[in-house]
Amino acid sequence: MKIKVIVTLKNGVLDPQGRAIQQTLNGMGFSSVNEVRQGKFFEVDVNEKDEAKAKIKVEDMCKKLLANLVIENFEIL
Amino acid sequence: MNSSVIIFPGSNCDRDMDVALKKFGFKNEMVWHDDQQLPKSDLIVLPGGFSYGDYLRCGSIAGKSKIIKSVIDFAAKGGLVLGICNGFQILTETGLLPGVLQQNKNIEFICKNVFVKVNNKNNKYFNSIDKDVLELHIAHNEGNYFCTSDELKMLKDNDLVAVSYCNEKGEVNEKSNPNGALQNIAGIFNKEKNILGMMPHPERMIDKYLSGEDGSIFFKNLLNNFK
Repeated sequence: MKIKVIVTLKNGVLDPQGRAIQQTLNGMGFSSVNEVRQGKFFEVDVNEKDEAKAKIKVEDMCKKLLANLVIENFEIL
Repeated sequence: MNSSVIIFPGSNCDRDMDVALKKFGFKNEMVWHDDQQLPKSDLIVLPGGFSYGDYLRCGSIAGKSKIIKSVIDFAAKGGLVLGICNGFQILTETGLLPGVLQQNKNIEFICKNVFVKVNNKNNKYFNSIDKDVLELHIAHNEGNYFCTSDELKMLKDNDLVAVSYCNEKGEVNEKSNPNGALQNIAGIFNKEKNILGMMPHPERMIDKYLSGEDGSIFFKNLLNNFK
């Protein structure tokens, strides 16, 4: 079963890449862009048929490796 | 005085560190990350570089490698663990040190000499160093130290900010901050001060003809603790 995870920077954490993308978009004429925050997307194929159990395992993976909880939040889709 | 330098795939300051340690009298051994046991050591060094290509987050994959459990056990018994640059990033990812090293504020790889202020000499890394300001070298893309306000308070209350970016006179200010690090933090200790993580490279400053000698001061002092 494939479980999808999005990892994003917490509010208030500096995102220099996101800011550079925002500035580039503004420079390209997309003047309505106020802010861009860059994140990560993971698709984890877990050998597990029960979705709830698979998600519990992935949550553990997020806390231990996929996200750094000092600066990042994760969301299991 | 035995030391061990751990090599991860992508480490690139491991040999420089080996040369530096041997130059000042350590008996150094190189240890592969896939090993599970450490040689008998007084000092473990996690060197700089780009372990695992900086995949996921700098230091995150190396922080889960087989040898790390032995490093954590060694540190728990009071052994000295020094993480330089990527080594510092690995120490934060293992949880041995608080916080995280984020991408530099200006999104540039910075490679230059900097000055750092030694904030605390009540430890084995800086105890007999006369100078208060050292000139060392930095080369990193992710050296922008960040931690939560609670962690920052803990670091300050326990006097754990080891070195801070400063100017030649030792003034810590925004202008002397190369990468956006929180309060110019360049290196920190754990509570017991046996673990030191710092972005600047002392191993690059051990030859007066090539670079400078403030790194020599650092290693000589470190060795004195074992004499």
